[in-house]
Amino acid sequence: MAEHPTHETAHAGAHASKGTYWLIALVLGILTLLEVAVFYVPLLHSVIVPILLVLSSAKFALVAMFFMHLKFDKPILTTLFAGGLVVATAIILSMMLLFGTIGPGAHM
Amino acid sequence: MDAHATTFGVPSRKMAMWVFIASECMFFGSLIATYLSYEGKSLVGPTPREILNIPLTSVSTFVLLMSSLAMVLALEAVQTGNRRGARMWLGAVVVLGGLFLAGQVYEFREFYHEGLTLQQNLFGATFFVLTGFHGAHVTVGVIWMVTLLVMSLRGQLGPERSLDVEVAGLYWHFVDVVWIVIFTVVYLIQ
Repeated sequence: MAEHPTHETAHAGAHASKGTYWLIALVLGILTLLEVAVFYVPLLHSVIVPILLVLSSAKFALVAMFFMHLKFDKPILTTLFAGGLVVATAIILSMMLLFGTIGPGAHM
Repeated sequence: MDAHATTFGVPSRKMAMWVFIASECMFFGSLIATYLSYEGKSLVGPTPREILNIPLTSVSTFVLLMSSLAMVLALEAVQTGNRRGARMWLGAVVVLGGLFLAGQVYEFREFYHEGLTLQQNLFGATFFVLTGFHGAHVTVGVIWMVTLLVMSLRGQLGPERSLDVEVAGLYWHFVDVVWIVIFTVVYLIQ
């Protein structure tokens, strides 16, 4: 990959404001509280997996978009990160399928 | 200090960190896959339901999330030349990261006393390997933050070094998002 000298601060890019960061942290705290609450509510145990997956995905996306600045940075970085996540998800699903944790004959 | 931009217009070190993070996704993906593949297949106890301490881990999770806030505020302070703010927020990251690690050491110690070891059963083996590797990553992150804090205290962390803090921050936030997944998959979905 060709490299061109430039000043590093020229690549800082647009970031969110301090207020946005505090707001994101508040939302992350609330989502964590909701996750723990769902865990302790017996009524929700039949749907606990999809609820928790949605809540943790939301937390993951918020941290990646705002704290890791993917929302404001070059799209190539999002592509790079998404590529790693897709492979990781494929590994997880394949292994679970192979070991019978999910799919036909699952015994969880 | 000059940085080098790749053809994508991203500084090389930042691009390198993102490539590293992508590879780390696969690394932790493999560890999580192993944990989930063996989940519920232990022949002897203790089982996750018997031993996992949800209140303690919930607090640890909150602490790590807040450390990410402190990290992003430290970066903002460095970029704007706010040296006092940079020291304060980098110090906060170190303290919160240290608290998370202390919680993990306490948890591991409790589990050991309750009979869960690396060799006890499949749950022990996969749990300790997964959370242990995550803890090792947090430890590296805390050491990295301490070095940045020392640089800041020596007056060597001005806006011209903001890329150093940004790259360290990317690593720290990644460790945080990995924990978001581990907390859900290991602790809450039993």
